Amino acid sequence: MSQQRPIRVLIGKPGLDGHDVGAKIVSMALRDAGMEVIYTGLHSTVDQIVQIAVQEDVDVIGLSILSGAHLPIAQKLIQKLKDKGVSDVPVVMGGVIPKKDIPVLKNYGIAEVCQFSTPLGKVVEIVSRMARVRKVA
Amino acid sequence: MAERKKEAKKYEFDWGLELKPVYKPEDLLGIEYERDIANPGDYPYIRGTFPLMYRSRPPLYRIYSGFLSGEDTNARLRYLFERGMPTMSIALDLPTQLGLDSDDPRAEDEVGRIGVAIDTLQDMEDILKGIDLGKVSTNITINALAPILLSMYVAVGEKQGVGKDQINIVTQNDILKEYVVRGAWIFPPKPGLRMTVDVIEYCAREIPKASPVSVAAGHIRSSGANAAQEIGWGFAIAFAYLQTALNRGMDVDQVASFITFTFHNKLNFFEEAAKYRAARRVWAKLLKERFGAKNPRSLLLRSFGGGGMEELTMQEPLNNIIRETLVALGCILGGVQGIGLCCYDEAYTIPSPEAQLIQMRTVQIIMEEAGLGDVADPLGGSYYLERLTTELEKAIIKVLEDVEKAGGAVKAIEDGLIQRICAKGAYERQKQIDSVEKVWVGANKYVSEGEQWDVKLHEYDPSIRERQIQKLNRIRKERDNAKVEKCLKEIKEAAESDTNIVPSTLEAVKAYATVGEITGVLRKVFGEFKEPAIF
Repeated sequence: MSQQRPIRVLIGKPGLDGHDVGAKIVSMALRDAGMEVIYTGLHSTVDQIVQIAVQEDVDVIGLSILSGAHLPIAQKLIQKLKDKGVSDVPVVMGGVIPKKDIPVLKNYGIAEVCQFSTPLGKVVEIVSRMARVRKVA
Repeated sequence: MAERKKEAKKYEFDWGLELKPVYKPEDLLGIEYERDIANPGDYPYIRGTFPLMYRSRPPLYRIYSGFLSGEDTNARLRYLFERGMPTMSIALDLPTQLGLDSDDPRAEDEVGRIGVAIDTLQDMEDILKGIDLGKVSTNITINALAPILLSMYVAVGEKQGVGKDQINIVTQNDILKEYVVRGAWIFPPKPGLRMTVDVIEYCAREIPKASPVSVAAGHIRSSGANAAQEIGWGFAIAFAYLQTALNRGMDVDQVASFITFTFHNKLNFFEEAAKYRAARRVWAKLLKERFGAKNPRSLLLRSFGGGGMEELTMQEPLNNIIRETLVALGCILGGVQGIGLCCYDEAYTIPSPEAQLIQMRTVQIIMEEAGLGDVADPLGGSYYLERLTTELEKAIIKVLEDVEKAGGAVKAIEDGLIQRICAKGAYERQKQIDSVEKVWVGANKYVSEGEQWDVKLHEYDPSIRERQIQKLNRIRKERDNAKVEKCLKEIKEAAESDTNIVPSTLEAVKAYATVGEITGVLRKVFGEFKEPAIF
């Protein structure tokens, strides 16, 4: 069954940051690659994102953060996923993320970090790889 | 012969102009100097708003600054003043832009992070400490809550003994573009529009040197629009503000000169110079012919140029200094009134003082060392530039007609039409970057793997939230709370009626009502915006 369903991805804009060009173009690229994308829109809270992820049974969560608040937001989101018993949903992050923060994010449990310079093709590849990892597990 | 192999490369502008290899006298056919171009300072102002241009009015340059507390921001502003900065541009943190106090749970990770935290008048007093508001021109990038920040600035002026007739303030106050890009909206577009026009009306009556709205179409450009859409949609948004003011019984000549613009450049300064020239002609014609403006001042398009953020690369960041120099050239050659460049490290972080200094030096070197502003409209008469200006003007008018056919700016934004076109534009651009059809030197072409470029990252101090909360608690205890309640009630009454929101906001701010308290009242009256689904 699950193999028939297209990969379902949640793209979230947590926090107050309003820069959504990246979130939109990633959503469009994933959709063009045949995935189902649920975009939360701006100013979402971590609770809202986790709730939608559970309700929609998504295969991957993608977060776009350009405000610099990626570390505390990532920490809260990963904790919340654990609390809800869905810590197997991989979280991919993108935005303005300094290199030095990437190991910290991975340590928190973020599966992958896409940078400003990551081509869309690569983003699609990462998301499909992540989704597959979850289905195997 | 080898040139033939390059035929695959397209030479064109994304608003629909294929470029010839060379422009010739025949490209000027149909363009009459006196009728279509004329001298700087003469209608249709294509060559510039003023006869002597920069000889009489050098461009203002601004450096967007603000982080952590009022005291921290004041120190950075003073650093820049001491090095010749003529103006201020205050960056606010996201909670302030969205009307949340520093102790609001939604503000937890964002207090003082991307701008300065403002909860009460006290914070504005701290930012402006020791700065004479009678002598400086200040930009505040505030949109949904422009009445509050304008009021705080006026209140600090009053405390300094600087009257409303003396203060020189720019509030961005362009709420409509926030629904398209930037996303710092709170209320739905209609009450948003009403508050924007409240500020315009208040300033037109009380603060003669204010620029109460800077239609920031540049942000729309940066989010995927082309040059024609930037100007066309910018004008459609400006007309929504203007028409709302006229519907209130104001006269076009009373309002028009209070509307200014912020545009963003890409790197091709010929295209950008043509853009500013074409925009001035379209604006002057429409204000005269459609709105019946009589005062020549109403016909002048005053623009603030710069930006180019989306053109900066994280790889080899020092190359961004060159990119921003090209942005600055487009501004100067296009005849803007003000310039705000990005700093070379801005793709990463809040700019360092050194990066801000280089940004300011770029304009100083162009103007004062190279003397590129000594002669007005130096590209005027060029076969290429005049043809480009004429073609871009046609494209702008087409965009404007299309948005008007779709019901005007407010309707097109409520329907998500402009958002959809922008998102598509941004997506196409990204695909071009990925395929190297759009070249980014050092980032997608000539990439030098392994080179390390260090950018000094701005260190965020998370203790700021606690400091702000302590300050807030102290103010809430010390202020006259009965008076605050009374002021908030008056704001509610104004919001529920047609009364201009600014006077009651000014009283509330002076009583040290918080940004969150005032916004809370407005949220109850106006409700909150829900984004339309755009794909």
